[in-house]
Amino acid sequence: MNFIIESFKQAFYLILNLDKQLLDIVVLSLKVSGIAVSIATLFGLPLGVLTGLKKFRGRSLLITLYNTFMGLPPVVVGLFLYLMLSRSGPFGFLNLLYTPTAMIIAQTILAFPIIVSLTHAATVRVNPSIKLTSFTLGATSLQTSFTIIREARYGIMVGIIAALGRVMAEVGAILIVGGNIEGYTRVMTTTIAMETDKGNFELATALGIILLAISFTINLLLFLIQKKGAIKHQWS
Amino acid sequence: MELRLNVVNIYKAYNNKEILKDCSFFFDRSAVYVLMGPNGSGKSTFLRICSLLENPDKGDINYLRENKTLNHDLNLRRKITLLLPEVGVFNTTVFNNVAYGLKIRGFKREQIQKKVQEALDFVSLTHKKNQNALTLSTGETKRMGIARAIVVEPEILFLDEPTASVDQENTEIIEHILLQLKQRLNSIIIIATHDKDSAERLGDFHLLLESGKIRKL
Ligand SMILES: Nc1ncnc2c1ncn2[C@@H]1O[C@H](COP(=O)(O)OP(=O)(O)O)[C@@H](O)[C@H]1O
Ligand SMILES: [Mg+2]
Repeated sequence: MNFIIESFKQAFYLILNLDKQLLDIVVLSLKVSGIAVSIATLFGLPLGVLTGLKKFRGRSLLITLYNTFMGLPPVVVGLFLYLMLSRSGPFGFLNLLYTPTAMIIAQTILAFPIIVSLTHAATVRVNPSIKLTSFTLGATSLQTSFTIIREARYGIMVGIIAALGRVMAEVGAILIVGGNIEGYTRVMTTTIAMETDKGNFELATALGIILLAISFTINLLLFLIQKKGAIKHQWS
Repeated sequence: MELRLNVVNIYKAYNNKEILKDCSFFFDRSAVYVLMGPNGSGKSTFLRICSLLENPDKGDINYLRENKTLNHDLNLRRKITLLLPEVGVFNTTVFNNVAYGLKIRGFKREQIQKKVQEALDFVSLTHKKNQNALTLSTGETKRMGIARAIVVEPEILFLDEPTASVDQENTEIIEHILLQLKQRLNSIIIIATHDKDSAERLGDFHLLLESGKIRKL
């Protein structure tokens, strides 16, 4: 029992002292996940909107694909990417294995289907009268598309934040392709896994507390956005 | 020269059921035309086709100016507008909803401010301009829809059931608005309604949609 209390004490000590090692790990985690989600949004948002708005051949198949990839196990992504980036793999010449870039790629792959799928769902949910109304008011099809994206904004934000939540908490993929190299590719989740293994609970606990705080913030944000987006139900 | 609408021998069927059948009418002067007919007779279909939201299976929608037929392009679309029976509401303020048509036409801020203010005054919604439009009542939503449609000064205005599912008080307000609009706007206004009394009060010309055709009463 005592060692738990001691770990927490030490953990808070690290946090309050803004321990350099701790801070570096947190910053790298935020950077890797932040960049990954940004890239996934850049490509995922337009694709989600497109499949939400346009009817074309193979659309249902594509949507099924998004949903399948949404539940992709991170270790599988890690393994796949490892094979691609390892020295004898097709992209081995890029020398990306065990770099933050490889971690960003892994998390982008994990975030992408979530963003596409939830953007698609948000776009489809927009009342059809919005499209008709914007047409009757003289909008071009591009203007109509932007209007629909604006109407779907809360659902889209939920998708982006959910993706961020998922990749921040993920450990399997980045452990495999990042290698958990001290001062270079060590992030919160991988450090927790390793330090716990070694019996160093202070750093692990400190990171655990921070990760929990981040997760709480993300979920609070989700809650606030969903609440704001639900304004239309005030009267019903 | 004023914009005119000539509907020529149009046909429209849904699931093999013919709704409009060799339907023709020439809206040849600025006036209020009231289109009557029981539910399901095809009034909404007719308005959607006229406002270029849908294509007829056969026949022509000819918009004319100085006897020249205009292309169905953005330019023409921006001179006509339809108020849908289920008014689409953007999840933003009443002001922004009404400003929509002006914004997409690239109007300047000051102009938008002035025109929207005028339109809101016209439908007595000025006090609600900063409120989220999704919180308006049905009657207020219809009034906002009218403001949003007239703010772009259409040459032809289609209104589909502007007073349907609206309470007595708002029906009177909306009718009053439409009667004022009739005097103010020198354009073609086409109103679909199944309310005979309302039609009587509003229309210069009364049309009946029956068996897929339009007949002047
Ligand atoms: N998009 C559609 N798909 C299938 N049937 C439709 C569609 N739109 C209208 N209809 C049918 O066409 C008929 C006429 O509808 P509508 O034009 O709405 O009549 P009204 O406005 O006079 O009540 C109705 O029977 C309706 O069910
Ligand atoms: Mg109708």
